[in-house]
Amino acid sequence: MKGIERYADIAGKDVIEHLRQLGAILKGVKVIHINSTKEGGGVAEILEKLVPLMQELGIEAQWEVITGTDEFFVCTKSMHNALQGNAIDIPERLLHLYEETNARNAERLREKLEAADIVFIHDPQPAPLLKFCPKRQGKWIWRCHIDISRPYRSVWKYLSSSVQGYDASIFSLADFAQHLPHDIYLVPPSIDPLSEKNIEIDSKEVASVYHDFGIDPEQPIILQVSRFDRFKDPLGVIQAYHLVKKFVPSLQLVLAGGGATDDPEGEAVLSDVRMSAADDPAVHILALPPDADRTINALQRGADIVLQKSLREGFGLTVTEAMWKGKPVIGGDVGGIRLQVIDHHTGFLVNSPEGAALRIRYLLSHRDRLEAMGEKAREFVRDNFLITRHLRDYLAVMVALIHGVGERIELG
Amino acid sequence: MRDTERSLQKKRNKKGVLPFEIKDCALIAIATGIRAQNLRELRDRLVTTPPGSVYYHFWGGLMAPRFEEPEFNNDFAAWSRHGLHDHVLAERLAVIDPTAFPDMEALRQELIEVIEHRLDEVEMVPWAKVDHQFYFKRSKIVIFNTKKDISNPSMLPTIMPTLSQGSIFYHFIDARRRAPTGVDDFSAWLKGFGEQYAALRKAIGAIDMYFTTLAEIRQRLSSLCTEYLGGAGA
Repeated sequence: MKGIERYADIAGKDVIEHLRQLGAILKGVKVIHINSTKEGGGVAEILEKLVPLMQELGIEAQWEVITGTDEFFVCTKSMHNALQGNAIDIPERLLHLYEETNARNAERLREKLEAADIVFIHDPQPAPLLKFCPKRQGKWIWRCHIDISRPYRSVWKYLSSSVQGYDASIFSLADFAQHLPHDIYLVPPSIDPLSEKNIEIDSKEVASVYHDFGIDPEQPIILQVSRFDRFKDPLGVIQAYHLVKKFVPSLQLVLAGGGATDDPEGEAVLSDVRMSAADDPAVHILALPPDADRTINALQRGADIVLQKSLREGFGLTVTEAMWKGKPVIGGDVGGIRLQVIDHHTGFLVNSPEGAALRIRYLLSHRDRLEAMGEKAREFVRDNFLITRHLRDYLAVMVALIHGVGERIELG
Repeated sequence: MRDTERSLQKKRNKKGVLPFEIKDCALIAIATGIRAQNLRELRDRLVTTPPGSVYYHFWGGLMAPRFEEPEFNNDFAAWSRHGLHDHVLAERLAVIDPTAFPDMEALRQELIEVIEHRLDEVEMVPWAKVDHQFYFKRSKIVIFNTKKDISNPSMLPTIMPTLSQGSIFYHFIDARRRAPTGVDDFSAWLKGFGEQYAALRKAIGAIDMYFTTLAEIRQRLSSLCTEYLGGAGA
């Protein structure tokens, strides 16, 4: 079995049939996705799967990447941070380079872009391409993966002039969007249940990963997988752990995240985390390489409870991943975590380390509730946050853009 | 091309009933850009928000990420409880039955009425934190023909469990807004066969579609079809 049929056992045969029917409406439609990297990052990860699935449904889907110098990516990184609310002024020189890089990429891609029926432009990096394709035939969609609800205004003002001309935008949540003069579709992100990060793995492999890190899989484990970033509140997680440890002496905490990078803030947080953990042998701080997907998979599967005690969060796909592995999640009451953690059903929403500690104690002493919540969490992800739902939403947006302007689009 | 009267005639069975054409749909949410942070703003925005938005906040949840045991059957009630922390208002909004109103305009008026009544009662206007605002959404629905049909009710127990959730939404939920009689498509079709299936129609009509998911509705419909018609459903 290959391609889309592989998802039938997980998502249901009816879901696959539904996708085939919807895909048939778009047979032969030329679609191009444009982003700024083929590898690394959530966007590339999802396009790697979605584009072949679209092709299998008969859509002429392609994926192209824009190229640029290191300086271009310094500019777009600053733009990304500013759109998320950091007060960063981008020098005029870099903005000029940003436009110039897009103009150069447009030269290379123009023919394809102007002939396409649907163009998906992912995130701010390639956003200006639209204005360099004056003879475009199809519909252009700006797919914004980041939370721009409270952007640094001058940077948003600059970028919005590039995205206003699009035919539509897609945001992950209504809360993340800004006003734009076209339809703003809402498509939450998703996980691929067949990827290395989420595929079923056996308990032997899970135990072996834990043993490799010197962690006892037989004793209670709480886990948070996230970058070492203050908004993820790793220090709050350690505080919650200390509060529970008094009642559950065998408790172990695993904080797994990216290793030390060139991000000075990340290094400072990691250093604070190490200091806060002191020499407690039951606190394991794992700086993992970017390709440690299978390791993260094993860590999530072996944990009793997964935490995502963020103070600010985008969608929080690590929450989705943990829930898919049947784990209740104790998450911060912010952003996309609220959409996934249904308080008291698929986990708990908390607002403080004390709140997290209370819920950890409760779940560790009520194993039946822990199991039941985990099972509900998995089913909730199956119904709502798998790649098949993501594909369906993209197909529906494409049909809506091609076939109609009204609220109801009736075909066939 | 639409079926001509002659071809339709050919498709009719002895009782003159056409086969049940199975349709499917996909609902896609759209942000309206309209939001409210307190109850007065909610009332004001409700006055001008498109009717499609009222529809989405009552029914769209069935096609959007939704928990199997939703606490409230509409987003206005849920926000009153979790955003405004006004339990009384949440309860009053939750009992509004959208099928009791002839159209979205009438439903909108009822919502406004309930909210204004509450505004008259409270000393302070209930408000939400900035990250708990109410975001008005609307939706587009893409409907397509599956090219499958059911010529005889005896096929229902076999076919019902295989229908997509989109088909269930279209024929069971959306139908009530479309059809002048306000009934679901299955019941409307079965009615064409006279009183033979009246008991099944009654049972289908009794399904409470608020506190459930489309998967559960499908399972319930399948069970009823098997119970009343026999076969391999459920």
